Amino acid sequence: MTDRPLTKNIDLSRGALSLKDYEAAGGYAGARAIAGGLEPSDVLERVKDSGLKGRGGAGFPTGLKWSFVPKSDDATIQRYLVVNADEMEPGTFKDRMLMEGDPHLLIEGMIIAAYTIQASRAFIFLRGEYFDAERSIAKAIAEARDSGYLGRDIFGTGFDFDIVLHTSAGRYICGEETALLNALEGKRANPRAKPPFPQVSGLWGKPTIVNNVETLCNLPGILAYGVEWYQSLGSGGDFGTKLFGVSGRVNTPGCWELPFGVSIREVIEGHGGGMQKGYTLKAFLPGGGSTDFLTPEHLDTPLTYGAIGDLGSRLATGTMILLDDKTCPVGMIGNLMKFFAHESCGFCTPCRDGLPWVDTIFRDLESGKGSFKDIDILKDHVGYLGPGRTFCALAPGATAPLGSGLRLFADEFAAHVSGAKCPYH
Amino acid sequence: MQQHIIASSSTNSRLRARDLTAEEIAEIEHELTLYPTKQAVGLEALKIVQRHQGWVSDESMLAIADYLSVPVSELEGVATFFNLIYRRPVGDKVILFCDSVSCWIMGCDKVKKRLSEHLGIDYGETSAGGEYTLIPVPCLGDCDKAPVMMVGEEMHRYLSSETIDSLLPLRNVGGSK
Repeated sequence: MTDRPLTKNIDLSRGALSLKDYEAAGGYAGARAIAGGLEPSDVLERVKDSGLKGRGGAGFPTGLKWSFVPKSDDATIQRYLVVNADEMEPGTFKDRMLMEGDPHLLIEGMIIAAYTIQASRAFIFLRGEYFDAERSIAKAIAEARDSGYLGRDIFGTGFDFDIVLHTSAGRYICGEETALLNALEGKRANPRAKPPFPQVSGLWGKPTIVNNVETLCNLPGILAYGVEWYQSLGSGGDFGTKLFGVSGRVNTPGCWELPFGVSIREVIEGHGGGMQKGYTLKAFLPGGGSTDFLTPEHLDTPLTYGAIGDLGSRLATGTMILLDDKTCPVGMIGNLMKFFAHESCGFCTPCRDGLPWVDTIFRDLESGKGSFKDIDILKDHVGYLGPGRTFCALAPGATAPLGSGLRLFADEFAAHVSGAKCPYH
Repeated sequence: MQQHIIASSSTNSRLRARDLTAEEIAEIEHELTLYPTKQAVGLEALKIVQRHQGWVSDESMLAIADYLSVPVSELEGVATFFNLIYRRPVGDKVILFCDSVSCWIMGCDKVKKRLSEHLGIDYGETSAGGEYTLIPVPCLGDCDKAPVMMVGEEMHRYLSSETIDSLLPLRNVGGSK
């Protein structure tokens, strides 16, 4: 038993555990539990019962997602498991740690997921820039294959399973699961229309489950230690642990595995060591670049999907980006808008044309050429680019810091116009 | 096999596919065993050729399209979609400089300025000696160690104007402006 099922083996100063050491530390017990006689439906029930929610950002219940794969005893129907390891959300640095630090945990999680949905083949869609993770995972896959943990009849279950490690070439939209599937098929990574959902018709038209790295890393613990243990780890309606991170002007920025329900204050002031001398916390994005700003008055909120959602933001990736009093909020939001404009896939008009317009206005505000009319145009775009107006969630994600920032920092926006320059410069 | 020929807008000459090397073909063939369609190997093939040639020329593009029997227009659509496929020559090492939000908060603009001064180049440019090409990159996912950049396959973390000065491999390159 452990209270850090995701990171108990991780010590980045010594590199990842080999298969032998991972096993000596209790690893592959989840996979052996399957070998002990668990049917796919048994695993599905356990994962459903655990309350595990997807850690990629949306927080969708994992067991429910899996249950949408059409039931069939026909083993000739190809099904796929795809790991979304395309970590590119601004300010997010959690999956990197898991992949570099304990790749066998991911592989074991993949075995459990693939067995449950009866997918004989999996693809890890890894960010192209993550060379260290690529080396770490490739080594672990080779070890697992050599030991017969991947390949034919794994763990004596009669189930065949193997993994392909695919490295991408840098494009944020590939984190959107249907865009990711197009990329894996060798196409431009534009998102697909839903329905059909990937669970029914995904990779090459076959039933496909796309799960985030951290989500899959939760599975070995659930099978090895049980649902009761898993639920005892969290509080506030969310179960298990989560990687929470802090970047910005704190004393000890980092990423830590903590139980759901820990307060924001404990993460920022406790683990993050509080603000650096001379800096005061002004606001923060709680879960990466696509979330609404929160402010210091929210510091005692517990970190759960529900509690952060009640504040009008999202827990999302759980990696917080801190805005201090010496940094221009308009500049920070402008930086994010530049990112979103650059990474728009260009498929739908509001996103392709709207985000560059927003980006241009921020550049004008920064250089003192902005007008009050420009600020109104930004406010209009919060609606034009919002949920339901675009093909996928990229542009609505951009409106989260934009809309909340326009409300919270109205004075700073106005000062850029009235002073014809950035007041922070 | 049908040979793709495209007209180059700059020279108006008709380009032909170059011959892929034995190593390139061997690596592409390995990838073909992993995916159910040839089209799926497009990006991998582009990366393989880029690893060997440094970048993806029109002649390489045509060669890959021919080898995989995919329309060159579709392969070009993939190549230009991804940030890390280079359709122009780049330096011996590409510097991917993170300019996303956490690095920006931690002062990456100043670091970038110093780096540009050292190398004598701005984004999208290659140093005169051909050593480095400087490209901005979206969040490199190392935000607790910001500002960061990648030189080749190597991460450089906790950057400041001073650490840029002490990164010896980069030093003195700016002299050849």
